[in-house]
Formats: sequence, structure tokens, C-alpha cells
Amino acid sequence: MGIAETVSDGRQLAIERPGAGAVAAVVLYLVADLATKLLGTTVYALGFRVMGGALTVGSLASMVLDGLLVGLAVGLAGIGLSMTYSILDFANFAHGDTVTVGAFLGWVAAYVTANLAVSAPLTDLFLFNGGAQLSASASWVLVLFGLVVAAVGTVAVVLVVDRIVYRPMRDSGNIALLIASIGVALALRYLVAFVFSTQTSGVATSGTRLQLFAGVAITDNEIALLVVAVVLMLGVHLLLQRTKLGKAMRAMADNEDLARVTGIPTERVVRLTWVLGGALAGTSGYLLVLESGTISFNFGWILLLLIFAAVIVGGIGSIYGAMAGGVLIGLVDSLALIWLPSGLTRAAAFAVLIVVLLLRPSGIFGGVSTA
Amino acid sequence: MSGFEDVRDRLEALPDAALVVSFLVGIWLLLTLLAFAVGGAQSANLAAGFVGSVTVLVGAYAILTLALNLQWGYTGLFNIGIAGFMAVGAYTTAILTAPVDPGAGGVPGFGLPLLVGLLGGMVMAAIVGAIAALPALRLRADYLAIVTVALSEIIRLFVNWGGVAEVEVFGKRFGTGGATGISFKSPDEVVATLVNGPGQPLVAAAESVGISGPNVVNMAYGLSLLAIAAGSYWVLSRVSDSPFGRVLKAIREDETVTQSLGKDTRLFKIKAFMIGCALMGLAGALFRGGAGYISPAQFRPVITFYVFAALIIGGSGSNTGSILGAATFSALLFYLPARLGEYFPTFGRSAPGNVFEAIAALGSLDPTPLVAYTVGNISTLRFVLIGAVLVYIIQNQPDGLLGHRNEPAASVDLRRPRSADGGETDE
Repeated sequence: MGIAETVSDGRQLAIERPGAGAVAAVVLYLVADLATKLLGTTVYALGFRVMGGALTVGSLASMVLDGLLVGLAVGLAGIGLSMTYSILDFANFAHGDTVTVGAFLGWVAAYVTANLAVSAPLTDLFLFNGGAQLSASASWVLVLFGLVVAAVGTVAVVLVVDRIVYRPMRDSGNIALLIASIGVALALRYLVAFVFSTQTSGVATSGTRLQLFAGVAITDNEIALLVVAVVLMLGVHLLLQRTKLGKAMRAMADNEDLARVTGIPTERVVRLTWVLGGALAGTSGYLLVLESGTISFNFGWILLLLIFAAVIVGGIGSIYGAMAGGVLIGLVDSLALIWLPSGLTRAAAFAVLIVVLLLRPSGIFGGVSTA
Repeated sequence: MSGFEDVRDRLEALPDAALVVSFLVGIWLLLTLLAFAVGGAQSANLAAGFVGSVTVLVGAYAILTLALNLQWGYTGLFNIGIAGFMAVGAYTTAILTAPVDPGAGGVPGFGLPLLVGLLGGMVMAAIVGAIAALPALRLRADYLAIVTVALSEIIRLFVNWGGVAEVEVFGKRFGTGGATGISFKSPDEVVATLVNGPGQPLVAAAESVGISGPNVVNMAYGLSLLAIAAGSYWVLSRVSDSPFGRVLKAIREDETVTQSLGKDTRLFKIKAFMIGCALMGLAGALFRGGAGYISPAQFRPVITFYVFAALIIGGSGSNTGSILGAATFSALLFYLPARLGEYFPTFGRSAPGNVFEAIAALGSLDPTPLVAYTVGNISTLRFVLIGAVLVYIIQNQPDGLLGHRNEPAASVDLRRPRSADGGETDE
């Protein structure tokens, strides 16, 4: 394709979809700016600095790594949100607090078991006081044990919530379900606060650091997050593509009535959706705490909007979209630091969410439902 | 459910104004009783303190719930960015009225009178609402919800950002104060000067029965908020009975039909959204900034969900229900449990430091530590209660207290029985 054609295509796009054109222009500018920054040069026009500055490859790489790690965990949590959004057809505002619950269950199990030999009273250990902090390399068995507890425990909680709250209102509209989920979110969050108080506790610390190359290091906990997240995502992929359950889920996301007529046991599929989504939410909360080292009663709630951003950017209902969207939002959240002051990077991630919803509500990968 | 129906039937029998007034008086009486039960010699003053604080809460939540009812109950716009619009109103008011020369550590503003500041805040909130609504109205209800909540967080993060803490534009210095917040002309102080000036005999009378001056001011402030809520109620009732309001209700019922009748529904929706946002901005300035100080932490998204809880309890679609919902939520679910926790006897022993110690004591068949812990942490548990109430209502009583008063979009009653023309009757 010749340059002239490309230019005329671009002009066509700018006329037909001004919003998309503007976004493309901004992205192009940012990429060009990033390139000049990495080259260490600065471009001036009319006395103003248009682009460029100083940025080392090392600091860029560590930002990318940070964004990737957070993004993988957010994407993992997003899978569950995306599944309930497409199969049960509502935006689950309690998902962030499900993440919190999973993290607390898993870390209590891991922390208390790890410190049983310590002389501190058991009641203190339950509140993450008086014991030693865990790391993935030094006590990987316990960390893995906590991970399993997080997944299983969250599934139990989620199933109980579904039985009490959502099941009696399967036929309600999506707004009624959304409001119910807000109630669930409040109840879960403050039950956690009631039991564990509102303090922030340190539970994990990095055991070893691995120097990748100049300026970029990765800790053992971060490697654990990376490995577990990738393995789980692959697992979800295989589950949806190769099993009957996956097919049933995709069928239900597409058209619930048709699925029921075909003989798919919809109620069982719904339950399995909660099981899968809950397990992934709990695991991602557990992994995020492993990476950041601290846990507090509202970290999942704060994360919720980021998870929503991931799901929406990737396209609601699309599992792969949620994974990719998570990574993308994680990268935006960390790379925005290059252009924005540190107080506004989170705002940039939310801005991406709004722009995608306005310009392309089906997500950047184009609304492929659950597959 | 029969208890609920019973309450509703009784509520139904009263005219709206009497209903709201008797509800409020009931809440005041309840709190006064509580104060006299626990207050000892300070009872009168304690009661005044309770009544003052609860009135401020009820007034503020009533304004917010009315505004949300206009957007959601009448027009079906699912706005969960209330905190953001409150922040816009409050910060605009603050920047407009902050003193030009605040002294060390303060953030300078424009030093305008409070009334101008409040008007400015409302206008700004309405403008931001319009900007948000213009593109977002094409979206599905749940997408609009996510856009608005994201916007409210962006607004909060922006005012929190150190870069706009103090800026200089065309030689004028002003700013948001960043994370530390900003002080401005206190609406509370305006009421205080009124009370302490012309209202001096009243204060003297109150002090003679042991009620302190600040508590009188607090009550007066609460009553002024209630007055503003009453004013908003009057305006909104007029709006909802007007042709404009009928179009809004028609949009809620079926937007396509409304469009096919030649109404530009987008324009109507944007207008309704702007009016609601302006009211939210006013409430933001008067409620969060009542004492003349605001900071970003006061505008977290969770306050949005409190307003939602209030509206759902009251029943969306009914203005009277909105006020009752605001009163029920803020007084009975939000304020009262916290006071009960403060003054409830805990069996003469201090609560254990954490729940696990309390549960461990159950092993020796001693439930009192757990009860003491529960009572001591009731201000946390009330949010669990609010969540449970929300779920209960949406499951069993989705119309709330008064939402079943289906206000039809027509000016004539379409439900009147049809004349017999050979077909079956309804019964």
C-alpha cells in the first residue's frame, strides 16, 4: 500500500470517526515522544519543548515490568467480572471486595501456618501481628498453600452470596442486580473490616532479587505472580476451548433462552461461572498482596474500577479481552508516569476507560463474546 | 412482609407534608429519648447535639437524594458519579470564596461572597454534568454508571494532585490545596452570625436549659439545610408536574415512543442531568464544606452509594419517598447505630482488641467479650447492615417505601376503568 493511499485512508478515518482519529493522533504523538525521549534528544518548535526529554531504557523497562505485573493480576480478576457480566448480564460491583476476601482468607491461612512455631499469641497472628513475613522463595509451600485456600475460600463465599442474594433475583433486570451487588460490596467490605480492623498490615516481603539487566530487577514474589497468572490464564483458555463447560458458557453468554432450549443446565453453568470467577478473583487478590506486601480491608474496592477498566477495554464478555485489557490498563497505569505527575497516573487509566466506552463500547478487540 | 405493608399503608394515609414532618419529629424524639437515657446531667445538651447532627445529615442527604431522583427516578439516568459532582460544586465554591490573602499555609482564592460562590458551584457542577452527559447519554444504563463513577474518581484525583494546589493564571493566585484541602467562607459561620445576632434571645433561652451555643448553631444549620431541601422539593415537584416533567417520565417509560412523538429526548435528558448535578454541587458545598473546609478525601465514591441506598430505601420515582429514604438512611441506619455503639453498656468491661480474642472467649462459654466487641465496632457493622438492607429491599420491595406511587407520564389518569363495551372488566 502506497503512502498516498495510507494518507487518504487516514483522512477518511478522521472524517468518519473524529474521536478515533483524535485518539490515534494522541497515541502516535506519545509513541514518537517516547522514541525521542529514549534517544535522549529534545525537539523544540517555536521555543517550546514539543517532545523529548530524558528517559533511560532501564527505567522504561522497569515501568513496563511493573505495569505487566499489576496488569496480569488485574486481568486475572477481570476474567471473573467479565464472565458474570456476560453470563448473568450485570456489572458486579462486589467483585473488588471478593478480591479482598480472597486475599484475606489466603493470607490468614499462610501467615498463621507459617508462624505457628512463633511464641506470639494465636489471636495476634490472625491479625498479621507478631509473626514473620512470607516470601515466595523462602516458604513457597506455604505461599502455595495460601493460594489454594484463597481460591477455595473465595469460591465458598461467592457461592453463599449467590445463593442468598443473586439466585432469588435471576429474572431481575441488570440494574436491580447491580444495586444488589453494591449492597453485597458494602457488606463484604465491612465484614472484613469488622474482623481484621481497618489497619494496613505487612504480610509478604521479597526473599531474593534477580537482576535482569541494568536498572531492572524482579523479586521472587513478582516471579510467582507472573508464573501463576500466566498458568491460570492458559488453564482458563483450555477450559473454555476444549471442554463442554466452556462451550456451554459461551452459548449462555450468547443467548440464554436458546441455551436453555438446547438442554444446557443453565443454573449449573451459572454456579460454575461463579466458581471459576470467584477462584480467579481470590487468587488475583492473593497474588497482588504477595507482590505489594501489604493488605488492607479496602484494597479490592480501590482496585475495582481498574478491573472494570480492564474488562471494558478488552470488551465485556471476552475472556481474552479481559486478560489483554488488564495488561493494557496495567501498562497505562504505570507508563503514564512518563508524561504525567505521579498523582494522575490512575486518572489516566480511568480516562482510557471512558474513552473506550464512548468510542468503542464493544472494547478494542471488537466485542467477541467469551472466546 | 405484612409489617412492611402495614407501615406503608399507614404512611399512605397521611398527606405528604405531614408524613415527612411526623417522620422527622419521630426521629428527633427518638434521639432525644436516647440522649436522656444516657446523658445524665448533660442530657439536654446531648440531645441538642444529636438532633443538630442528625438534622444536618437528613437535610444534606435529602438534597442529594432529590437530585438523584430527578436523574434516575424520573429520567432513568444511572449516575453513580455523585461524589464527583459534589466535589466540583464544593471546590468551585471554595475557590471562589477563599480569601485573597489567606496568610501562611492557606490557599488563596477570589474572596467573593458566599452566595456568589454557591451559585458558581452550582453552575460549574451543571456544566461538568452537561459535558459528562453529552457523549455518555448514548450509552446503556450500566455503561453510563461506569463512566460517571470513573469521572468522579478522575475529578477527585485531579483536585488531589499537587500540581493544582496553587496556580497562577493572569496574575491571580488560586488553587485546590491538593491533598491538604482548602479553607473558605464557612456556610456554618453565616448561620452562626445570624443565630448569635438576631437570634440572641433564642440562644440565651437555650443556654438557660443547658444547651450550648454551638449546638444551637448546629441545629440552625441543619434546619437551613432542611429548608433548602424543602425548596428543592417544591421546585422538583413543580418540574415533575410540568410538561417538561411528563416528558422525563415518558423517557423513563419508553424512550423510543417519546422520540417518535417528536421530543428531542437527548436535550431533555441533558437538562434533567444538569439540574440534578447543580443540586449535587450545592449539597457538596453545604454538606461537605459546612465548616468551611474541604479536602479530596471527603469525596470518595462511597458517598455516592450512600445516596443510592437512601434513594432505593425511599423508592426511586417519588420525591416524598426520596426525603423519607434520606431520613431513614441517614438517621436510622447511618447515625443512630454509631451513637448506640458509643453509649450502649458493654457489661462493665472493655471490649477485647480483636475479634479472635472475643471468639476465643466463647470457648469458655463467655459471650460477653464478643458482644462487647460487636457493640464497640458497631460503626463498622452499620455498613454491613446498610448493605443487607439494600439487598433486602431490592429483592423484596424494589419500590422502596413510596416508589410504588407510579407517577404516570400522562396528565390524565389512564388507569380509570374503561366503559363497558362488551369486553371483560378488569376484575
